Amino acid sequence: MTTACKGFLDEQFLQLEELQDDANPNFVEEVVTLYYRDSARLILNIEQALERNPLDFNKLDSLMHQFKGSSSSIGAKKVKAECTLFREYCRAGNGEGCIRTFQQLKKEYATLKKKLEAYFQLARQVGPAETACRPK
Amino acid sequence: MMDNGFSSPRKDAFPVGLRVLVVDDDPTWLKILEKMLRKCSYEVTTCGLARDALHLLRERKDGYDIVISDVNMPDMDGFKLLEHVGLEMDLPVIMMSVDGETSQVMKGVQHGACDYLLKPIRMKELRNIWQHVLRKKINEVRDIEILEGMESIQMARNGLDQSNDGHLLCGEDLTSVKKRKDVESKHDDKDPGDNSSTKKARVVWSVDLHQKFVEAVNQIGFDKVGPKKILDLMNVPWLTRENVASHLQKYRLYLSRLQKENDTKISVGGIKHSDSPLGDSANSFGTQNSINIQQNDVSSRSCGFSGNSLLVQNVEPRSHDNDRKGIVSKIVAEPKRALTVEVPDPHKPRSSQMEFGHSLTSSASEVNYAEYDSNFPTKFSWWEIPQSRLKQEQKPLHLDDGFSHLTWPGKQQHIQVDYPQPAPPIISGSSVTGRGMGGSVKIKPLYDECRKNGSQVSSTESTIEASHVQTKTYKVNHQTFEPISTNTSSLKNQASNLRCISDLESAQKNINWGMSPFATLDDDFQVRWVQGDCYAMNLGLENIDFPEYFDRGLLADVPTHLYDAVSFDYQNLYDPTECSLIEQGLFIA
Repeated sequence: MTTACKGFLDEQFLQLEELQDDANPNFVEEVVTLYYRDSARLILNIEQALERNPLDFNKLDSLMHQFKGSSSSIGAKKVKAECTLFREYCRAGNGEGCIRTFQQLKKEYATLKKKLEAYFQLARQVGPAETACRPK
Repeated sequence: MMDNGFSSPRKDAFPVGLRVLVVDDDPTWLKILEKMLRKCSYEVTTCGLARDALHLLRERKDGYDIVISDVNMPDMDGFKLLEHVGLEMDLPVIMMSVDGETSQVMKGVQHGACDYLLKPIRMKELRNIWQHVLRKKINEVRDIEILEGMESIQMARNGLDQSNDGHLLCGEDLTSVKKRKDVESKHDDKDPGDNSSTKKARVVWSVDLHQKFVEAVNQIGFDKVGPKKILDLMNVPWLTRENVASHLQKYRLYLSRLQKENDTKISVGGIKHSDSPLGDSANSFGTQNSINIQQNDVSSRSCGFSGNSLLVQNVEPRSHDNDRKGIVSKIVAEPKRALTVEVPDPHKPRSSQMEFGHSLTSSASEVNYAEYDSNFPTKFSWWEIPQSRLKQEQKPLHLDDGFSHLTWPGKQQHIQVDYPQPAPPIISGSSVTGRGMGGSVKIKPLYDECRKNGSQVSSTESTIEASHVQTKTYKVNHQTFEPISTNTSSLKNQASNLRCISDLESAQKNINWGMSPFATLDDDFQVRWVQGDCYAMNLGLENIDFPEYFDRGLLADVPTHLYDAVSFDYQNLYDPTECSLIEQGLFIA
C-alpha cells in the first residue's frame, strides 16, 4: 500500500497483497479491476434508485449494503465510511442526506480509483521487488 | 478425519484438501475467497448464484465438506440456501456478510449456520473452518445414537403398553433435552393427539406421524423431497412446514449416518451372519455396504446399522409383506454379532417384535456406535467398549420390513424418546427376533432404562428421523424401528404385553450382552413387563455399573437441532426421578 493511499485503504488491502504470490503475481490488480468493474454497475443502480420519487429507502439500503460489501473486499476505507453514513440516512428516511452522502461517496470512489491506478502503474514500472514493500 | 466416501479421497491429512463450496454474488469477494481458501490448502469451488450452488451440491452429494455463503444474494436468500443445505445435505454452512448486526447473526444461527463471518474476512478465520466439519461429524454420531436410542425406547414402549404412559426417558436426559426444547420456540403445532399421554403443546412426532412422514418421503422420492412436498402429502393440518423441515433434517442425518456406518462396517468385515434365519435379507444386509438403500429403501425400511457391529439392516421391502413374525425372526437371525437374542418365540408376532424392536434398536445403536467409535473421536466412551464386544456377537439385525412403513399400527405413538443422550445401542432388540433365533438377545439395558425412567418414547422414529437429515442410512434405522413400534403399539392389551414379557423373559435369559456392563435381562425386566409397566423393560440395569460408559457430557450435548424437529413433549416424557439408568449413560431406545 503506497503512502499515497494511506487512509484510503485499510488492512484488507494488505491482506490482498499477502495473497499475491507466484501463482497469482497480479492478484491485487486483478481484484481491484474486478471491483471497479462490478461496483460501477452498483453505482448506476443506486443512482437510478435515487432518481425515483418518492425514494424507496429499503431498496436504497439494500443496494448500498451490496456496495459496501463489495468495497470491503479491497479495503476501500473511506468509501465504506460513506456507505455506512448513507445507510444511516436511509434508515432515518432522510433523502437529502442520502443524496448528499452519495455524492461524497462517488468522489471518494473516484479518488481511490485514480490512486490505485497510479499505484499499479508504478508497480509495473518499478518492478515486483519494489511493490512488495509493504508499509509496516 | 473419517473418510465418508468423498468422491475425491484426500490423501493428505485433514484438513488439507477440505472441499469448500463458496457462494457469493459479489465476484470480487468470490475471487478473494477462492484465493484465500486455496492458500489454506483447501479445495475450492465457487458459485455466483445460490441455485447453482444447490445444483452442484445435489449433483455430488458427498462432494463437499462445507459451504460458505453470503447472506444477501439476488436469486435466493442466504438463509434459505442455508436451510436447503442443512436439510438435503446436512453440511456445515458458514454465513458471511458485511453486516454484523446481531439480529442478522442470530437469524443465521437460528437457521443452523455453524458460524457467521463478517466481511472483510481474514485468513485466519478461514483457516479454522475445518473445525466445523469435524464438529458436525461428531455430533452426527451422537444424534444418531440418540435417535436410535429413542426409537428403541419407543418401540419398547409401544410394546409394553399402549395405554401406559410410561416414561422411558431418563429424567436427567429428558430434563436437559427438555430445557433445550423449552428454549426453542419453533414448534408451534399441536400434537394431533397421537400421543396420548401428554398434553402437547408441541409437535410430537408420534409413530403414526412419522410413518406418514416416511411414506410421504418415499412417495416423493428421497432425492426430491422438500418440506413443502412432504407436508402436502402428509396432509396433517396442524403440522407446519417448519416442523417437517426440521424433522426431515434429522431423518436425513440419521439415515446418512446409518449409511456411513453400514459402509464402514461392511468394509470392516461385514457382518457375519452366523445363523440367519432371517435369510437373505439379513445377509444382504450384512453385505450391503452402502446403505443407499436408504435412497431406495425408504419404503423398505432397512435398518441399516451398518457398520461394525450391528447391521441392522432393514432388509428389503419385501419383507414388509411378511408378517411381523417373519420380520422378527429375520432380524433376530441376522445380527450375528452382538445380539443374539434367544428370545423364545414370542407368542405373538407382535410381541416378538416388540422385543425385537428393542433389541434391534439397541443392537443397532450399539453397532452404530461401535462403528463410530472407531471412526470418530466421540466421547462416548462407553460405546467403545461395547463396540468390541458387539463386534463379536452382533449380527446385523434386519429390522425390517414390517417396519418400513412407519406405520405403527397401534399408533401408540407416544413413545417419545427424548433422550438427548446418544443412544447406546440398544441391543435389546436384536435378538429379540426371537423366533428361533439362536442368538441371545441382549436386551439392552438401555431399553429398560428407558422404561425405567419412564420417559416416553415417542415415536422414536421420528426422532431418529429428525436427526437424520442424511437420507440414506437413516431410513434404515428408521425402518427397523418402525415395525417394532408398530408391533408394540398394536399390542393393545396387557395380555400381549404379558406375553411379550414372558417371551422377553426367556429371551433375557438367553441374552448375553457380551458387554459385561449390561446385565442380561433379569427378572426385573420381566416382572415389569408383566405389570404392563414400561419399566418392565428395566433389565435390572440398576445393577449395572456403567460409569465408564456414561458420558454425561453426551447427554447434555444433544444437539439442539435434533430436538428441534421433533418436539417431544418433554414434560411428560421425562421423569427425572426415574432415570437413573439413563443417567448412567444407558441409552434406552
